[in-house]
Amino acid sequence: MMAITLVIAASLGAERLPLFDLSEQQRSIFYDIRLPRILLGACVGASLAVAGAGLQALLRNPLAEPYLLGVSNGAALGTMLAFVAFQDSEAARPVLAFAGAGIASFAVYRIAKSGAGMNVERLVLAGIIVTTFLSSVIVMLTTLLDAVKLRSFTFWLLGDLSQATRNGVYLSGIAALIGTLVLTSQARALNLMMVGERDAFDFGVEVGRVRMLVFGSTCLVVGAAVAASGSVGYVGLIVPHLIRLSIGSDNRLVVPFSAVAGAIFVVFADTVARTAIAPRELPVGAITALVGAPLFIFLLRRGS
Amino acid sequence: MLEAQDITVEYGGRQALRSVSLSLQGGEIVALLGANGAGKTTLIRALNGTLSTPHGAIQLDGKDLRAISRREIASKISVVAQENETRFPISVREFVISGRFVHGGAFGWETEDDVRAAQAALFECDLQDFETRLMNNLSGGERQRVVLARALATGAKVLLLDEPTANLDLAHQALMFQLVRERCLRQGASAVVITHDLNLASAFADEIIMLKEGAVAAHGKPSKVLTAETVRDVFKVDVLLDENPASRKVRVTALY
Repeated sequence: MMAITLVIAASLGAERLPLFDLSEQQRSIFYDIRLPRILLGACVGASLAVAGAGLQALLRNPLAEPYLLGVSNGAALGTMLAFVAFQDSEAARPVLAFAGAGIASFAVYRIAKSGAGMNVERLVLAGIIVTTFLSSVIVMLTTLLDAVKLRSFTFWLLGDLSQATRNGVYLSGIAALIGTLVLTSQARALNLMMVGERDAFDFGVEVGRVRMLVFGSTCLVVGAAVAASGSVGYVGLIVPHLIRLSIGSDNRLVVPFSAVAGAIFVVFADTVARTAIAPRELPVGAITALVGAPLFIFLLRRGS
Repeated sequence: MLEAQDITVEYGGRQALRSVSLSLQGGEIVALLGANGAGKTTLIRALNGTLSTPHGAIQLDGKDLRAISRREIASKISVVAQENETRFPISVREFVISGRFVHGGAFGWETEDDVRAAQAALFECDLQDFETRLMNNLSGGERQRVVLARALATGAKVLLLDEPTANLDLAHQALMFQLVRERCLRQGASAVVITHDLNLASAFADEIIMLKEGAVAAHGKPSKVLTAETVRDVFKVDVLLDENPASRKVRVTALY
């Protein structure tokens, strides 16, 4: 299914490309513009989906995802600071995005931790506090930029795969792979943690270590994804849910399947984003939200 | 198997356990009785290494508990506690087999041994028709049996059970204790069971420990521990004691 989606995505666009016998110009469009963009979309989709799957299991909360916990906004702020302060350095963006994601996660963790330990409700509340705080900072920074940069930044914040570069693809590809592998390696532990941290501890899980690994890999994949493409919403929330409805809650399957499904979802959304009003483009995050929000409401109603 | 000497546990200035000692041998069931807040759950949590015990010592198979890894403890001690409701669609089979965690590697899938252990546990707990049902669709009592099945599936030799019969009907209360007893007799396992049911304790336990305000108020065979004075002292309730004509065990009837 992934292969089919990729092929269809490759041929659609402002300029429709045939499947075989491409001209020189068409080849250039395909290799230099379209393919990196599609690959980036797949990597970003996979990253956000596995991050969502991991966080939902760790926090025992089907509503957990990188946005809710401030991770994405932390990464976005880091990227913005890199853009403003280190404009010429391509490397600065993912590094500061990862740092931003890490600092935001740490802040959420510290706020949530109390003398009695850390429960899921406190964690979600702390996440909301950090997310909204960071959103305000981002808005403030955005207003300080000049008008031209402001427009492109606002667009980017909603998710923008058009700036795909080779390095961006490699980085988010490697991050997605590492993230998927690390989270799948913790899948058995997450199966127990999903039921309760005390249960997991009783059955031999090193709870603290699993928490660090899941948060760490989440920051890595979200940092890389946001640095390359801005904030693409709802992927981490919706995709793992749909996978669980189809194949159950065993994380050894949910994590890798979410990666593939997330990739398909974002590539599909981006194809719509760049063809719906061609030659102009919509932000891919707007498409994922337009599809994701009603889907989420449907899931909520079905669950209750 | 499991020995505890002079354990003291403190919570925020208060002593939840005071110099409690316990010796658990293979094949034995020890019932832990006491009023609410007496320290029963605290003792269970100390015995499986969840709570640190700065005072006193606990040995598992001769080794200090603090020197044993989490995995090793989990392979030898299994806890049956109150189950939390889960917000995810988990089947009974998935739930029970997840208890085999310590027996596999990181990316590992279940081996035949794991599947066999899980299915045997489901069968023992009268859950053979429940494998594909979702945990959230079960009644409280059914979920409690699944929690016991998960603990039995681990193959651990020491079972620590925190009010395992709380939500169970009469038939399944007896089944729960019979299962534990059979494990102890057939496989040399041992169990510490917290219960509020003095008659179940009398019928199934080899030894009873009565806790009062964190300290041991009485310790010994049911016939020795279950006296009107001890029960009044620990539970502040007057009881009538006689002999169950069927089992010849002490029978406790509260006087209201």
